[in-house]
Formats: sequence, C-alpha cells, structure tokens
Amino acid sequence: MAREEETKVKLLGLWVSPFVRRVEWALKLKGVSYDYIEEDILNKSPLLLELNPVHKTVPVMVHDGKVICESFVLLEYIDETWKHHPLLPHDPYDRAIARFWACFVEEKILENAWIAMCSEGEEKEKATKIAIDAVERIEELLKGKQFFGGDDIGYLDLAVGWVSHWLPVWDEVGSTKILDPLRFPSTTSWATNFLGHPLIRDNLPPKDKMLDYFHQKKGRIMASRARV
Amino acid sequence: MMRRRRRRMTTRLPTTCSLPITTTEPRPDSGLITSTRNQELPPMAETLTLLDYWPSMFGMRCRIALREKDIKFEYQEQDLWSKSPLLLEMNPIYKKIPVLIHNGKPICESLIIVEYIDETWKGKAPLLPSDPYERAQARFWADYVDKKIYEGGRNVWSTTGEDQGEAKKEYIERLKVLEGVLGDKPFFGGDSFGFTDIALIPYYSWFYSYEICANFSIEAECPKLISWAKRCMEKESVSESLPDPEKIYMLLLELKKKAGK
Repeated sequence: MAREEETKVKLLGLWVSPFVRRVEWALKLKGVSYDYIEEDILNKSPLLLELNPVHKTVPVMVHDGKVICESFVLLEYIDETWKHHPLLPHDPYDRAIARFWACFVEEKILENAWIAMCSEGEEKEKATKIAIDAVERIEELLKGKQFFGGDDIGYLDLAVGWVSHWLPVWDEVGSTKILDPLRFPSTTSWATNFLGHPLIRDNLPPKDKMLDYFHQKKGRIMASRARV
Repeated sequence: MMRRRRRRMTTRLPTTCSLPITTTEPRPDSGLITSTRNQELPPMAETLTLLDYWPSMFGMRCRIALREKDIKFEYQEQDLWSKSPLLLEMNPIYKKIPVLIHNGKPICESLIIVEYIDETWKGKAPLLPSDPYERAQARFWADYVDKKIYEGGRNVWSTTGEDQGEAKKEYIERLKVLEGVLGDKPFFGGDSFGFTDIALIPYYSWFYSYEICANFSIEAECPKLISWAKRCMEKESVSESLPDPEKIYMLLLELKKKAGK
C-alpha cells in the first residue's frame, strides 16, 4: 500500500530552483519516490498553468491526484503525510521557533541576497547589509550545533539548505561576500555538514551550470532595468 | 481624540503570586478596553500575554484564535512609536507585534502564533483540519492572504489618481480569487470556521477605510465575500476581536495627516 502511494507523487520543478530542491530533499529523506517533470520557466507548460493558476510557479506536487503548491506548505504536507523521520520537532514551541526562523531566512537572507546579486549602488549595498546582519543571527543559532535540529537534518535545515549551495554562487555572480567563512564559521561548518549528507550531496544542481544560469539571469534583469 | 493606553510593565513576567488578569471588551473610542481584576494564582501558574496593537490585522488573528479556544489571556496594548522594553526583549528580531508570551516564552509572527495556539490547546475548536491535504490548502490560502491582501490593501489607501485606480482593480481581482475559493461554503474550511477564515477576517475591519479612500464598494464587487465576513462577525471570537471600522478610518486619517498626505 505504501509503495503504491509513493509512486503516485509527481513533482513539477526547475533544476536550479532552491524552492524545488528543498521539497526534493524532504521527499528523499522520507524515502518517497516521485516522478520529476522539468519545467521551462520562461515558457510555462499548460500543465503548470493548470495546476498552479494562482502563482504559476514551481514547485508543484501532485499526490494521489491532489495538488499542493508553495515549498513551505509542501514541507509540512510531506511531514504530515509520511510520518517516519519527522522533519519538524514534536513540541509546539520548538515547531513555532523552527517556522519562525525559516520565514526569517526567506525574508531577510534569500530575498536580499537575490537583490544584492541583481542590483548595484545603494540598493545593492542596503540589501547586502540586511543579508549579512541576518546571517549573523543564524550564526548565533548554529553555535555548537551540527544541524539546526541537533544531530540530524530537519525542517529548518531543509528550509535554509539553499544557503549552503546557492548563496556562494550568488556571492560570486554578484561580487558580494554575504557568506563569509571567516566571519561566520558556524554557518560555514553547518553548510559543510549539510552538503556532506549523502541525500543532499547527490541532489544538487551542478555549480558551473548554476554560475552560467545566474550570470545570464542577472544580465537580463539589469538590462531590463536599464531600459526603464 | 484617541486615548492611547500605555501600561508600565517590568521586563520579566512574575512567575508566582498575584498577576493582573485582564480581559478585553469592545469600547467606543479606541475599540478595546481592558478591565482588570487581581486574582491570586498558585505558583508556576500558566501565564499568557498577547502584545498587540488594536488596529493590527495580525494581532486580531491571534485574539480570534485565543477566543475560539476560550483561552484566558492578558492583552497588552503596545505603543509602536515608543516600543516597550518588553516588546523589544520578546521580539528583538522584528520588534513588531503581535507577540504571544506563554509562560515567559515568546512566539512571533501571527500565523505561526495561530498554529502554536492550535497545537498547544488541542481540546476545543480545532483551527486547522486534521487531513494533511486540507491543512495544506488552509496554509496555502492563508499565505496568499499574507502575500496579496495586506500589500494590496495598503496600495489602495496610500495611493491616489491613476495609481489608486490600478491598485483598486488589482485588489478586487485578488478578493475575487478568494471569493472563488470560498464558493458556496459557509467558511473557507467548509462547515467550520478555521485557519484561512482567521487569516482573512481581520481585513474586514479595514474594508470601510479602503472603500472611503478609494471610493468603491467591496460588497458590490464581492457580495459572497462580504456575506462570509458578516457570518464570521456573528461569532463572538471575531466580533470581540475586530475594532469598529470607523475607528480604524479615523486612525488612518490621523496617520495620513502625520505623513503629510
């Protein structure tokens, strides 16, 4: 019965999207097999537009005919549907804390690191500073810990996992130094631990292709701003 | 003239002895009053405080959730222009309300607080359904409200002319999406009032302000949504938690005047 249920999972994704990867990591940690469908984000398929008409973005997961969107919503759905290897802690307060920091990293680090990569001047400076200040908070959280949850990867590691592999790429493309190893040794050490986990290590987009992709993306964004 | 109440608080909540227990009731001028009665509590009694600001939609969500569960809590009105040491201590990251302080431990961010309330007090009025897919739908639409409705509404009241016209159009479109999701159900979750309803209903107290500022009627555009809102207002947990829309409008005028608009 479990195997039947597992193969009824489809995931629409984009190879370079950190939001899609965090869902894939969760599925792999739970041992759930799925059919992956690559989407061309610049030329969205009728299937994507039908399954996610509200946001028209990936990831979109179809499980047993039911459609679920938004990566954090998906992490919770996956955790509640496949109960072994829990991702969120059991205690309500600890769960609230994990959710809080996941939202914090998304808002303060991810959004600002992206802006810092694709902008210049004052806007770039401001976004870089916000991102760095936010990494400092994460650094405090991670002191003395292997992972956010302790000994094993959990919800918050999956939510923040993009920092380990995408942020160094964005730093390179944007000529920023948000994830400074000298300044943030605990975060850097966590990133190494995270990337060293076999299920994560074998499920990352290749760095050289990411660099190409984000260089091109940055170029397109800056060009469209120049035209305005 | 709106009276602002500032309560002096020590930065640490007492863990023993008597603690003022406050309950809130609707009030003509600020929208909320607090009546206080001192009650002796046994040592290590449970303490529950909500740091809040009366017109905040985010604060309202927490008030509704607590009242749905019939949980007694201490409401503490915050002055956002002169933030209390308690607020700064309990939410050093964002320095914002709402903050729920449960036995001295703070929980921040309104939807996270609502989930915490649901997971901690399981006995009465479940706010999220039990089925994982239904829960995912509830969270998805609450997230939609956060992404699209807050900013959309702010754009409506804070812009003028052509910009406001655009903002109005976009806002109505977003409300219509929600109206479509609601369909013919009494509440977003179905027969029971729940998570998505809690996420959205506070905005109903702000609709009057948007309508006056931008000269339109949300009821005319989204009649089913307004029927839903009135249905929610029949619940005590909601009517006790939402301020008078006219008071919100007066506040908005005051804020606009201060901003020179």
